[in-house]
Amino acid sequence: MLNSRTFRRQFINRFVLIISTLAALLGIVMLVWILGDVVLRGFGVINWDFFTELPVPPGETGGGLANAIVGTLVMTIAAALMAVPVGVMAGTYLSEFGKHNLFGRLVRSLSDILVSAPSIVVGVFVYLIMVKTMGHFSGWAGSVSLAILMLPVVIRTTEEMLRLVPGEMRESALALGAPYWNMMMNIVFRAAKNGMATGIMLAVARVAGETAPLLFTAMNSPYWMQSMNEPMANLTVTLFNYAMSPYNDWQELAWGAAFLITVSVLCVNIITRLILSSGRSKP
Amino acid sequence: MTTASSGRSGFTADKLFRLLTAAFAAFIAILFIVMLGVLWHESQPAIDKFGFSFLTSSDWNPVSNEYGALIAIIGTLLTTLVAMLVALPVSLGIALFLAEISPYWLRKPVGTAIELLAAIPSIVYGMWGLFVVVPIMADTVQPWLYDHFSFMPLFSTPPIGIGILTAGLVLALMIIPFIASITRDVFLMCPQNLKESAYGLGATNWEVVKDVMIPYGIKGIVGAIFLGLGRALGETMAVTFVIGNAYHLSWSLLAPGNSIASTLANEFTEADGKLYTSALIELGLVLFLITFIVLSLAEFWLHSTNKKRGA
Repeated sequence: MLNSRTFRRQFINRFVLIISTLAALLGIVMLVWILGDVVLRGFGVINWDFFTELPVPPGETGGGLANAIVGTLVMTIAAALMAVPVGVMAGTYLSEFGKHNLFGRLVRSLSDILVSAPSIVVGVFVYLIMVKTMGHFSGWAGSVSLAILMLPVVIRTTEEMLRLVPGEMRESALALGAPYWNMMMNIVFRAAKNGMATGIMLAVARVAGETAPLLFTAMNSPYWMQSMNEPMANLTVTLFNYAMSPYNDWQELAWGAAFLITVSVLCVNIITRLILSSGRSKP
Repeated sequence: MTTASSGRSGFTADKLFRLLTAAFAAFIAILFIVMLGVLWHESQPAIDKFGFSFLTSSDWNPVSNEYGALIAIIGTLLTTLVAMLVALPVSLGIALFLAEISPYWLRKPVGTAIELLAAIPSIVYGMWGLFVVVPIMADTVQPWLYDHFSFMPLFSTPPIGIGILTAGLVLALMIIPFIASITRDVFLMCPQNLKESAYGLGATNWEVVKDVMIPYGIKGIVGAIFLGLGRALGETMAVTFVIGNAYHLSWSLLAPGNSIASTLANEFTEADGKLYTSALIELGLVLFLITFIVLSLAEFWLHSTNKKRGA
């Protein structure tokens, strides 16, 4: 009686352990499978032309995605220039003044929610406020929608990193008579500098791979950018159009774009992880 | 004298600093309200014309200018349901493995691998789904389902590779890393002495998980599930590639369909006419409201675990 019960308990236990190990294995297999396909199909497409040439019509050989690479870089950097100052200031409020008050809690929750909000709706919103009023798609509209997606991530990262700075450091500065803003600038931001930089890099990498918000804002273009005030080529929308096209050479270029995006985003992720973990292991 | 005045100027500068940061913090709240307001305002033509029947009509026809969101809403819910059914057990399994079963040296690399899965942009998932998953579904999985289960309405249409089921599976793959890594963190919050007391009483690993760790972290786990749900509902690119972009009401998971997000991605730039655009904007508003509610619940539950950890 007791034996059969023990046996049953042990059996269930083994069963669950095996299933859960298989689940973890499945996760690894999927990562290797996706990365494997992206590398196998994408790496061969990458050559010098890929980075220097404009796209060519289907059927013609050669051509690259140089304009799209430049477009994605420019729009992402412009988005970071807009979102980072606002996000750092708002994050500072949350960490320094809004820890427990109602307004702080509200902003914190709202940021958390907006981190996961559907990016395509942000695209629709920016279309309405910028593309529709200006009358044309533009790189600016694209970078504004990327900035809106980046903002909540920057806010929460800044808050977390500032909170890691020990209270004693703040108190010693304040005890020496430093005004609060001075203490923030010279002590807290300095101490949190590396963490904030890496967190912001992560936010930028996350947004660089976004497609949905660009579909109706920057749209796409087969030409070099002349200004940010016109439709702008970018890697993700190009990838989308090329992958959905019936042409083999365009589909191959799409794999090349997927390779470039995936490798860049994963590299940023791995490097930031290494920096953060080496920072933490120090006493 | 000088110290006093500099002290006072420091005081006002501090006030200014505080106000300035508060203004930037208010910016995101204002942004949210403006977003809601603009979407609401711009979807007025469709709301005036169709009223509540927008949500219950399955007629989406740009030619006759009739718009009902039902097919897109059902498509969104069905793909999400498939995704959750697959993702939940797998993510809980992964979290359990990472928190309790795995040897220590393996935890970091496996955990990192799962988190890296979350970093891959969704368009790469979508493209990979189209070129890799769809052929497998079309040649192997769906014909088998159709041959054996076509008497069920769920599998009653001929296999074509793309469709609700494929979209749900790709979506599952996308949200597994989110749910798994948060659930692992929740499991790790469980105090060691609680677990050890259970082990001391002779409990097996599974019994410790089932009777100690899950009850202890239940709010966090529910929060993680809702976060995955919110992500799945609003995901665009992973779904748009493989859902098939078709409008007919069908209970079959093998049939092509449309979700709210994929409808927007496919049609928004091509929409001509005020009513068409406004109906699409109303779809966006509906999606925004649904995900907002789901994500608020996620935030509520995840937040209450943080409090518990602090206490």
